[in-house]
Amino acid sequence: MATKTSLTQSNISGWGFALPAFALMVTFIILPFFFALWFSLTNQRLISPNPAKFIGLTNYTELLSVGTILLEPERDAQGDIVRTDDGDIKYPRLRNFTRKNPDYPAIQGMQEWFSWQTGPNNEFKRVILAKDVVFMRALKNTFVFVLVVAPLQAGLALGLALLINQKLRGINIYRAIYFMPVVVSIVVVAFLWRLIYDGNNGLLNNLLGAMSFGWFEPVDWLGQTSTAMGSIIAMSIWQAVGFHMVIWLSGLQTISPTLYEAADLEGASKWQTFRYVTWPGLRNTAVLVLIVITMQAFGLFAQVDVMTNGGPLDSTQTIVFQAIERGYGKQDISGGSAISVLLFLIVLSISLLQRYLTRERHS
Amino acid sequence: MKHLRLTAGALLVSTALSSVANAATELAMWYHGAGNEVESAIVNQIIEDFNASQSDYTIALESFPQGAYNDAVQAAALAGNLPDIIDVDGPVMPGWAWAGYIAPLPIDEAEFADFLPGTKGIWNGTMYSIGLWDAAVALYARQSTLTELGLRTPTLDNPWTKDEFMAALDAAKASGKYEYALDLGTAWTGEWFPYAFSPFLQSFGGDMIDRSSYTTAEGALNGDAALAFGQWWQNLFTGGYAQATQDGADRDTGFNTGKYAFSWNGNWAAIGTLENVDDVVFLPAPDLGNGSVIGAASWQFGVTTASKHPEGAAAFIKFATQDKYLAAFSDGIGLIPSTATAAAMTKNYSSGGALEVFYGLSEGQALVRPVTPGYAVVAKVFEKALADIANGADVADTLDAAVDEIDADIAKNGGYGN
Repeated sequence: MATKTSLTQSNISGWGFALPAFALMVTFIILPFFFALWFSLTNQRLISPNPAKFIGLTNYTELLSVGTILLEPERDAQGDIVRTDDGDIKYPRLRNFTRKNPDYPAIQGMQEWFSWQTGPNNEFKRVILAKDVVFMRALKNTFVFVLVVAPLQAGLALGLALLINQKLRGINIYRAIYFMPVVVSIVVVAFLWRLIYDGNNGLLNNLLGAMSFGWFEPVDWLGQTSTAMGSIIAMSIWQAVGFHMVIWLSGLQTISPTLYEAADLEGASKWQTFRYVTWPGLRNTAVLVLIVITMQAFGLFAQVDVMTNGGPLDSTQTIVFQAIERGYGKQDISGGSAISVLLFLIVLSISLLQRYLTRERHS
Repeated sequence: MKHLRLTAGALLVSTALSSVANAATELAMWYHGAGNEVESAIVNQIIEDFNASQSDYTIALESFPQGAYNDAVQAAALAGNLPDIIDVDGPVMPGWAWAGYIAPLPIDEAEFADFLPGTKGIWNGTMYSIGLWDAAVALYARQSTLTELGLRTPTLDNPWTKDEFMAALDAAKASGKYEYALDLGTAWTGEWFPYAFSPFLQSFGGDMIDRSSYTTAEGALNGDAALAFGQWWQNLFTGGYAQATQDGADRDTGFNTGKYAFSWNGNWAAIGTLENVDDVVFLPAPDLGNGSVIGAASWQFGVTTASKHPEGAAAFIKFATQDKYLAAFSDGIGLIPSTATAAAMTKNYSSGGALEVFYGLSEGQALVRPVTPGYAVVAKVFEKALADIANGADVADTLDAAVDEIDADIAKNGGYGN
């Protein structure tokens, strides 16, 4: 190894140059992380005269405890199943079991997360309960966000990069246009998109109304559980796609033109050129783009904070939003820290998994 | 390094010199109103007057933007750098008192006997802060609307009952002239929810927390009265009377432009509405079964535990709570002055003034938000519960969950010293 010089024999000035950044990272990233790790094991509050106590993993069990219960349908005196006016089977209220009921100690204080019909004739209802339903929803929403955004944003960015990787007059104007949303603060962008999505006379509703000659019914995009998350996803992809486009572009420009010339001489079609020249050349870029998008997507916060506050009905709760809401809003630093640590573990394991799956295979 | 020490030394000497030259003790004061020119001018005037009125103390003011103020105080408390005098938002006061940021006010309570109840920051029987003003909420309507729909004009002594209120909303809705009958201001997320909407719950006979013990919300927030409130609240939205998600611009101008028949809004918006709507009337909150209630308590002054001269700080607060300054704040930024004598000196709240009704509301209907250090969490939980119910969540389950969260938080904090 000729690179033995790198760390052990590096010169003073090298370290000197690195020191400011290094010190800042230690102070503002590494140290706070260890603080968070410690706080998550205590009952530390933002404002409190009570000294913080070590409480072990209580914060984590509060967040992650789940339970289950099988609900039997209510029956009348003849033993027939009671039905509501809509014909649905009527079940006893969950609160009879989960609140102050010593017969069910394992599910006290829990709430319904989701449920399904089961048993003979689908008469029974299996309910999955969680101690912290809001956090569970935040977890699910965040994963949905990442799973949709990562491939779509990466794909779209690649498409744009291929489009603008041409020697055309004025191509830089297009590059600038696509990159512009990245430069604008996400808070400002979110504010603007809130106006675009406005349910009464937002730009999007007006546009769709005009395009369909008034046939389109205005939709309260951010006010409905069915459209709120989708709206945030679309807006987030648009906002950051330019950044990843630039990374793809830099990858594209490292591919030697001679390879394209050779492909041309061999009579390769456009698709073949992309499949056998461009794509293999973008391998490392692809890994980078995917990991960066995944990590950014897990950090979804500002859009939610500005546009929906986690609502309606928790349909846009996310992990980071919950961490901040608890740590600062509800002044429960320990609870917020526990969420941050869980997020760290999630992102770490997914990044490691991605590294493993996209590793160089020497055959 | 040597250079640094030299500078520090020079700094030390120069401060020592300046304090020798100036015999009066300097007291630091923090205020939340940076960026508001009128407000700053009044505060500066009071300080100038106080500094000139005696020779023992001089007040040095530092103003913060409201959005950053609470964070600044918390950070200063953690770092041990609190000034002598701070101002504190009413519902936040118990938290700061509990955490040991502010000390009991070293002024006899009897001095403030004629102050509006909402302006006094009293926690656990001890007075910690005093406000120069209060705020109040009223139901904005047009006299023409009332006449057209054939509605009785409610008064402070004889407010609308729940049935009358709902009949008014029905009539407004049926008239087809308004996009929505009622503008509740759901666009204003945050403290507006507990401040403006918990009075409805209290008017039903429930509350955000059991005020007899302050150790549980069980029964108060999920009892029969609270369930009835929840159903009523949900019906406002599912029944098409109000919007669960509202555009901020609609909140600001919707009533003025005739989009809404009624608007639930504070006295701070009244001046603007008066300019735009000639026949606006400010109606008292409806009596939903247990009396009419509106929220109370705004920013108040207190002395910190870090102050080495609490008697000086107290002298300033006493000086600032003179009627002429209460009136100056009211005329300057439209707030409700804390005393009737000050109100008589103002242009809006004196007898016959455009906003006189708000003083009566503050005096007659106001109920402070739960006075407990746990309020920060109560407020957040309450806001989310109301937003969820408005969006169609099951009322009983949502309120139960809210009670559980509030109770768990109180338990975690050892009862918050109540």
